[in-house]
Amino acid sequence: MARHTQPINTCRVTGPVAAGAVFSLILLALAAVASRAQWPVSFGVADWAALRFTVWQSFLSALFSVVFAIPVARALARRRFAGRQLLVTLLGAPFILPVIVAVMGLLVVFGRAGWVSQGLGLLGLPPLSIYGLTGVVLAHVFFNMPLATRLILQGWQSIPAEQFRLAGQLGLPPSVTFRTLEWPVLRQVVPGAFALIFVICLTSFAVALTLGGGPRATTIELAIYQAFRFEFDLGRAAVLSLLQLVVAGSAAVLALWILPPIAVQMGRDRPVQRWDAQGAGLRALDTLWIGLASLFLLVPLGAIAVSGVMGLAQMPVLVWHAAWTSLWVATLCTCVLVMLALPISIWLAQTQRGGAEALTLIGLAASPLMIGTGWFILINPFASPVQLALVVTALVNAMMALPFAVRILMPAMRQVITDYGRLSASLGLSGLALWQIVVLPRVRAPLGFAAGLAAALSVGDLGVVALFADGDRATLPLQMYRLMGSYRTDAAAGAALLLLGLALGMFWACDAWGRRHVDG
Amino acid sequence: MKYLMTTAAALCATAAWAETPVLTVYAGDYFTSEWGPGPKIEAGFEEICDCDLQFSTGDLMPRLLLEGERTKADVVIGLTTDVTAKARATGLFAPHGQDNSALTLPIAWDDDTFLPFNYGHTAFIYDETRIDAAPTSFADLLAMDDDIKIVIQDPRTSISGLALVLWVQAVYGDEADAAWAKLAPKILTVTKDWSASYGLFTDGEADMVLSYTTSPAYHMFAEEDFTKKAAIFPEGHYFMAETVGKVAATDQPELADAFMDYVMSTDFQTLIPTANWSLPSALPEAQWPEGWAQLPLPEKVLFYSETEAAEVQAEAIETWRATLSQ
Repeated sequence: MARHTQPINTCRVTGPVAAGAVFSLILLALAAVASRAQWPVSFGVADWAALRFTVWQSFLSALFSVVFAIPVARALARRRFAGRQLLVTLLGAPFILPVIVAVMGLLVVFGRAGWVSQGLGLLGLPPLSIYGLTGVVLAHVFFNMPLATRLILQGWQSIPAEQFRLAGQLGLPPSVTFRTLEWPVLRQVVPGAFALIFVICLTSFAVALTLGGGPRATTIELAIYQAFRFEFDLGRAAVLSLLQLVVAGSAAVLALWILPPIAVQMGRDRPVQRWDAQGAGLRALDTLWIGLASLFLLVPLGAIAVSGVMGLAQMPVLVWHAAWTSLWVATLCTCVLVMLALPISIWLAQTQRGGAEALTLIGLAASPLMIGTGWFILINPFASPVQLALVVTALVNAMMALPFAVRILMPAMRQVITDYGRLSASLGLSGLALWQIVVLPRVRAPLGFAAGLAAALSVGDLGVVALFADGDRATLPLQMYRLMGSYRTDAAAGAALLLLGLALGMFWACDAWGRRHVDG
Repeated sequence: MKYLMTTAAALCATAAWAETPVLTVYAGDYFTSEWGPGPKIEAGFEEICDCDLQFSTGDLMPRLLLEGERTKADVVIGLTTDVTAKARATGLFAPHGQDNSALTLPIAWDDDTFLPFNYGHTAFIYDETRIDAAPTSFADLLAMDDDIKIVIQDPRTSISGLALVLWVQAVYGDEADAAWAKLAPKILTVTKDWSASYGLFTDGEADMVLSYTTSPAYHMFAEEDFTKKAAIFPEGHYFMAETVGKVAATDQPELADAFMDYVMSTDFQTLIPTANWSLPSALPEAQWPEGWAQLPLPEKVLFYSETEAAEVQAEAIETWRATLSQ
């Protein structure tokens, strides 16, 4: 896999420029915050405890998300059944839910007064208590296992059907098939998924606090929130934000730098005949995994839907306005994301190692509050930050979605380069023509998936907009929180359902666009 | 064509507005939603001021501190009692110019910069259909069975959570840590903000929730649900108020003063209870909307002035954190 096998030469400039822009916009925000800080900064025992807890819960959350995602992805990869496609789409839902909605849904099932506890009560057993590290990890697995499943499934589907046929003809037992065909792919996909989820969980705080049962479950993000919104200690906020970036950065570099160059082919999601998995035992096992994952992920979603249906009628008109606002913020976010992700991912695909990809993770590791405050300071001398609130929100959302998009697009980009690089070069294709004829048709599926994820993430994100949103510029999640904050729990549940529908709808639309010509 | 006409109409409307003076009022995030007090206040004031009141909502303190002298606010409404010290330190505010003796608060108020427009107290709310013997004192609460689960807010991220910590400090002083240790096993969890806690309570996940003495009023008057009660303690309840302040550099000083007058008017004060679900700051109990005087309220009220709060706050939060982390 030497450098000379990659004759495609595109985005060697735009790629680094786009990545550099993202990187510097975040660092500028950090610098702006630090410039307004009062030094020295206090950093005490409680902060070290928060750091330890943050890293430990992120590690466990990423570990369990990936460990459970592997058998589920394997089962989905080798089984075909009615409604499979719908299931794969719905499995993406927890990931895009606003945290408080997801927590409420989880508690309907696993809470002290939840269904599981009620069932235990019927048997004369004490109620389930998930508050503590268990609850934190449970919630994070609920959020992130679907993402891990999707990423790992993508890897699985990249194994050519012919290889499984060959394995079948040779009569290889499942364990040998796993070792020779599946393990090499897993080894390449799993560390990236792990790093991504670890970084996502680093910045969690409302979930960690609520399900963690109290101040034991304090994360760095909580301390950042406290410093920004409560104490308004910008120095402390800057130091804590930097700490969070360093932890996330080291994790990302560790996980991605040591990776071998990814040579995964893009999954076409075509039915693959699996001669090695015909046994009744394996069938039962796969059914069990798919069943368990569906129950775990879909039952809380069902609970959210049920409580939301009753609230829909009570929703004030403002909520529909907010939904419209969220729709266009998400559309803007998706456009920005596509413009960033395409050049960055093809540029990264031309480099040999995954290290540079680690850089894009910075968008996820940076606290949205830090970015929002930093840009407020930067914009304020020239324009009204309030009027730009929605644009800033869309940009921040795009940067948060970038690491996912790059992770999703890179394998396909590498494939294009390997398969069509020489041909394109010999035909003298370059620039727009290269993109139109060669690249875009071949990355359409992952691009649709990535765009859908970005749109859905943006719809569900509260992040920056809360810092400086005007009455007329409220997004749907913000409006939902306002309803919750004024006793309107039922209407808020209705808004949550609308949010879920909007996010899933946008995700499905983009994903479906990407899949449409895949089989052709 | 239709689009063009709309644009033209919008331009004309803007031009018409340009002639009426505009009073820019910064308000808390919840304020201007159609179920919040904002729209009613706007309509009420515009009736008498011959001006255009424009609310600008957001996160008040961070926004004021970030904008500093460049702030466009003429008036700021919704600064809670725990941030008045910080707001004062910005030097952005002018005296409110109102007579503090017209206030009907349960505590003495001598601040001439920040004028309270509502108040309430922290309280634990329970559902009488779910709890047999509600606690009748703070000591009672601490002695409750550990199976009764309470949900509270984090003092590091929420004002009501902070008020609870100061409440415990005011009642138990040096023995606050022992009080927290007794309360700890009953605390189901701690949430980032009031909304999440209250949601856990209404969903039946928790038996009691840290909220306000006025919370039952919402259930009574908006939902006709009379089962939600505030446990009233003879040890006293912590006082909280939201204030309004006039920005010194305002280019509309007369309008800002007129707004301060309006805040103290009976019109404004009578809309506070049902629009804000809190108690009016300058209205005798006899004039409260129907039914509100029957709301159980504490006899004794506890409150730390900003200087006292500054002295005890950090240590009180640390006591809370250390005890609940064990």
